[in-house]
Amino acid sequence: MSSTGRTLGMGEIAAAAGRPVVSAPLSQALDALCRQGRDVVALTADLGKYTDILPFAEAFPDRFFNVGMAEQNLICAAAGLAKVGKIAYCTTYGVFATRRAYDFIAIACAHSRANVKIMAALPGLTNGYGATHQAIEDVALMSAIPDLVVIDPCDATEFLQVVHAVADHDGTVYVRMPRGNVPVVFDPDGYRFQIGRATILRRGTDVGVISTGFMTERALDAAGRAGGHGLDVGVLHVPTLKPFDTEAVLEFVQTPARLVIAENHKKSGGLATLVTRALYENGVCKPTRFVGLDDRFFECGSRDYLEEKFGISTEHVLRAVVET
Amino acid sequence: MTRVNYPPDQAPVPALKEKAFRLRRHMMRAATGKGQGYIGQGLGVADLLAALYFHELRFDTANPGWPERDRFLLSTGHYSIALWAALAECGVIPPEELDTYGRDGGRLDMSTLDTVPGVEIVGGSLGHGLGQGVGMALGLRMNASAARVFVELSDGELQEGSTWEAAMAASHFRLDSLVALNDCNGIQADGKLVLRIEPVADKWRSFGWAVQEIDGNDMAAVVAALTETRSRSGAPHAIVLRTRPGRGIATLEAREKAHFVRVEDGEWDALTRELEDSHV
Repeated sequence: MSSTGRTLGMGEIAAAAGRPVVSAPLSQALDALCRQGRDVVALTADLGKYTDILPFAEAFPDRFFNVGMAEQNLICAAAGLAKVGKIAYCTTYGVFATRRAYDFIAIACAHSRANVKIMAALPGLTNGYGATHQAIEDVALMSAIPDLVVIDPCDATEFLQVVHAVADHDGTVYVRMPRGNVPVVFDPDGYRFQIGRATILRRGTDVGVISTGFMTERALDAAGRAGGHGLDVGVLHVPTLKPFDTEAVLEFVQTPARLVIAENHKKSGGLATLVTRALYENGVCKPTRFVGLDDRFFECGSRDYLEEKFGISTEHVLRAVVET
Repeated sequence: MTRVNYPPDQAPVPALKEKAFRLRRHMMRAATGKGQGYIGQGLGVADLLAALYFHELRFDTANPGWPERDRFLLSTGHYSIALWAALAECGVIPPEELDTYGRDGGRLDMSTLDTVPGVEIVGGSLGHGLGQGVGMALGLRMNASAARVFVELSDGELQEGSTWEAAMAASHFRLDSLVALNDCNGIQADGKLVLRIEPVADKWRSFGWAVQEIDGNDMAAVVAALTETRSRSGAPHAIVLRTRPGRGIATLEAREKAHFVRVEDGEWDALTRELEDSHV
């Protein structure tokens, strides 16, 4: 059945247009970590089916705990496991991790630099269940907590590396997790993710797009199409929002005349805020357009419909690039 | 290894009463001149902490991070004065450091930070202890460790939803190495308990816990209840301890039940003398 024009069902996975995909990359990466002898555990709060964790649970049943619909306890139990030596990955939706368990992430986890890795599905406008399920301000909330790393990966290649990289990071991490059939945008042999490092994917003299998460996929597509408009467009991918790679941003913005900042998040408290602050602090000012979500709650609907209507589709990035 | 606390064969109640007195004296030392504080709560749990630190807990005072140690989680971070007293009496922190309690630049804060040796969790925000205890007990079981996890929590914390999320999980995961030490002293921030929480023991029982209800200031009862928690039947253990804030100093016990007791500068010496005089 076509998914066009309707909200997807709870476990339904959107087709990734035109790109190869990796299925349930979280379980794949955790499986690899366990086979390397890492002391990994996984927890979920009654969203195992919808956060790609069940293949791992089947392979390592003794390392998996489903705590039921209890996000505060999800985070607390993960903190306790971390404090006796485990690397605790927990999955739920971004809205629930952030809005329901905030104090526990801040105090039980981040304050103690506990090895808790929060894998938050449905970041931003990825979901048609409306405001209750759309984590549109999660980066703002999580970035506000000291000693917490915040990552918004672009694709399957990057996310697989993120799951490994956060295991080596001593502390609490919040990851905006892609789930289901996750497109492959970056070359697995060529791309290297490092916590806290942004990557210039292409250089351009006319417009520089600074993007995070899957908006980088759209930025790359838009940059390619902008050639047809006679524009030379560069793309800087910023997967780690905290700690923020100010140096890479300052280097990247030297070349292009104009800038576009693109994120699957509210335009305040996320990438746009971080970039503009970094530029202002360093005396850089260039004409800039912002692609992201407005300060409002959003409705139910299909992903394409919502992204087109509320401003984060590839078309919106292209329009911003052309009209900057 | 310097272990002060392997469970001896016979319950040393008189010796533990003496330890409880010493903890109370440490607390008075820490509180003196601070004008106000959580001395009431601290004195109330002195008997429990004496029984834990000098009888029930397996830990190494020379190596507070020993991986096989029993964990003691103080979920009520504002009871820190009692924990500092216990750690001082064990020799984990120097007793003279108690004078720095609540002072700028010191580490013995009015609420616990886990950067101090012997402290397992950051305290202060309530309802954080039991859930972390669940995670620790799960992890220690995976490690085939004999270590147990003791979580002190207050009656007020039974109003936090997170406490019951954790209580449900502990029972579901059959964490019989987990012991909840529920200090019921009848007060919370706004005074006498503002929301009815009774029947406390029945609530724990209905969540699948093995429950004992005791006078938390009766050392023989505390020791016996802790001994009982060594049984491993699949159910997590809860001890409901009915305690009296200010216990050990009649003047403080009689004072209006206050979460944050106020003591005038001139009163401390007299109160400490009262504690000493009551000690036979």
